[in-house]
Amino acid sequence: MNNIFVYCEVEEGVISEVSLELLTKGRSLANQLGCQLEAVVVGCGLKLVEKQVIPYGVDVVHIADDARLEPYTTLPHAAILNKLFAEEKPQIALMGATPIGRDLGPRVSSALHSGLTADCTSLEIGDHEDKKAGMVYKDLLYQIRPAFGGNIIATIINPDCRPQMATVREGVMKKEKINANYPGVVKNLEVAKYVTDLDFAVQIIERHTEKKKINIKGASIVVSGGYGVGSRENFKLLYDLAAVLGAEVGASRAAVDAGYAEHDRQIGQTGITVRPKLYIACGISGQVQHRAGMEESAQIISINSDPEAPINSIADYVITGDISEVIPKMIKYYKLNTK
Amino acid sequence: MKGLKIIVLAKQVPDTRNVGKDAMKADGTVNRAALPAIFNPEDLNALELALRVKDSVPGTTITILTMGPGRAAEIIREGLYRGADSGVLLTDRAFAGSDTLATSYALAQAIKEMGHFDLIVAGRQAIDGDTAQVGPQVAEKLNLPQVTYVEEVLSVEKASIVMRRRLDNGVETVKSPLPMLLTVNGSAPDCRSRNVKMLMKYKHARTITEKQEATEDYTHLYDSRPFLYIREMTVGDIKADADQLGLTGSPTKVKKIDNVVLQAKDAKKLTTADEGINDLMKELIESHVIG
Repeated sequence: MNNIFVYCEVEEGVISEVSLELLTKGRSLANQLGCQLEAVVVGCGLKLVEKQVIPYGVDVVHIADDARLEPYTTLPHAAILNKLFAEEKPQIALMGATPIGRDLGPRVSSALHSGLTADCTSLEIGDHEDKKAGMVYKDLLYQIRPAFGGNIIATIINPDCRPQMATVREGVMKKEKINANYPGVVKNLEVAKYVTDLDFAVQIIERHTEKKKINIKGASIVVSGGYGVGSRENFKLLYDLAAVLGAEVGASRAAVDAGYAEHDRQIGQTGITVRPKLYIACGISGQVQHRAGMEESAQIISINSDPEAPINSIADYVITGDISEVIPKMIKYYKLNTK
Repeated sequence: MKGLKIIVLAKQVPDTRNVGKDAMKADGTVNRAALPAIFNPEDLNALELALRVKDSVPGTTITILTMGPGRAAEIIREGLYRGADSGVLLTDRAFAGSDTLATSYALAQAIKEMGHFDLIVAGRQAIDGDTAQVGPQVAEKLNLPQVTYVEEVLSVEKASIVMRRRLDNGVETVKSPLPMLLTVNGSAPDCRSRNVKMLMKYKHARTITEKQEATEDYTHLYDSRPFLYIREMTVGDIKADADQLGLTGSPTKVKKIDNVVLQAKDAKKLTTADEGINDLMKELIESHVIG
């Protein structure tokens, strides 16, 4: 009772990265709170799926395995979580800020009347004193996220309602197995007790998925452009530099909104989170929402004509100038001085 | 086939995409007055999707429902200029401080008062919060099926709707019974522009509060043109449990707000001069960061 639950996304028997990252975070929160970590896996063909999650320090894995549960649709997954959470009364429930988690989370939070915070960039445990009510709350989940266009960082709490729910984007938390032989147990859910025929009102008629072509997350160097790049044409300079360095091209939300780059390249709180060896920020002002997606890069170069650009304060190198002048010089030196 | 009754959920938001230098006050709080108030972008995609259903199914009507302060009536007029048929402004101090759940509750209670509907269409998320929660929560409160991230309605039958939705790595075609709620992705078609005839027709559309505060008297118009009436609902018009409204009804509380203050690192500062850039590249190659 009152444990931490992580809803694990699964596709064709494989647990998603973001879920494993959340289990890692969930384990450390559980250690702090002295409670157990439980995982929920809902899908089909889930034989031995527990072997993928238990090594992350999962004490109990709840498995709902039924052909009708994959691919994901909202209502049956929500019905399972609503009932399971009503029975198990978790104090914290986490899910990925993915298309699935952001569809499912609000549905469940509404049904349970519990608070949900979207796209957290950090989760911590802490106390809260409500002076007006004269109440002290121990060990709440601090759900920390940028808000209001990234101008502020808000710490959100749910003092009275349970579970305290939060979604977190892929790549924000680290993933770490703790013990290949961790003694977790499996509880198979009797699916028919959790869903009704009405939960299958929405049918998937057709589905086309493709592997992502752009792999910014795995790139060791990222050349990224912001609104200051100025145009889609100017973005070509970034592709040139990336091609020479073996890098991927990323973009800020402002650049994506302006149509300079595809949505798949967006880095930041509402995009991809990256941790490359080198991040070259071109014409990026550096709102906190963008920084949330890249500030853990090992080294950061900022090229910006504005010497006061906020991103400069987290950069290791600041080049004040126009990218159309700077990038060709970088390419030229690199070509002349490597084999 | 009979026309559909569509409700479009829309929000007036501060334009957080264009935050200027005066967006923060000296005390570090957000200066909302310095940010222009706009029709939330994905709610415009939602309106366009609804308008396309209206184009293909004659007799369809669109009502825009928004919750906000009095000036949010602006986006209802904006919607009327683009082809919506009527609007409802849900406004009351009792709603102040609502989180997404309390907002969804108030909207759902208002919808219950609005009578029969077939379809609710909302933008995926609003740019001031980026939570994407209100759509699914309203669906849950009304016990409706939901489909999120919709790009296009492919067909509408008497009791069902088929639509294409965007996934991270592809697309899905799904069929849902009506009534239902769908949320529209930013990748859906942009909203059509204002129609001049509609602009002329609706430019004096007002809520009752706006009429009372107006300096010019158009009273004579309202009697002969009932479509100029923007319905205003307050907490008294919805059967709501006060404990579920506003700050009290919000399970999430803001514990604290930190302004973004950057701790400057000791960065190496360079100009566009060749020497500095060459030294930097040399350093990166030697330390095997690149190359």
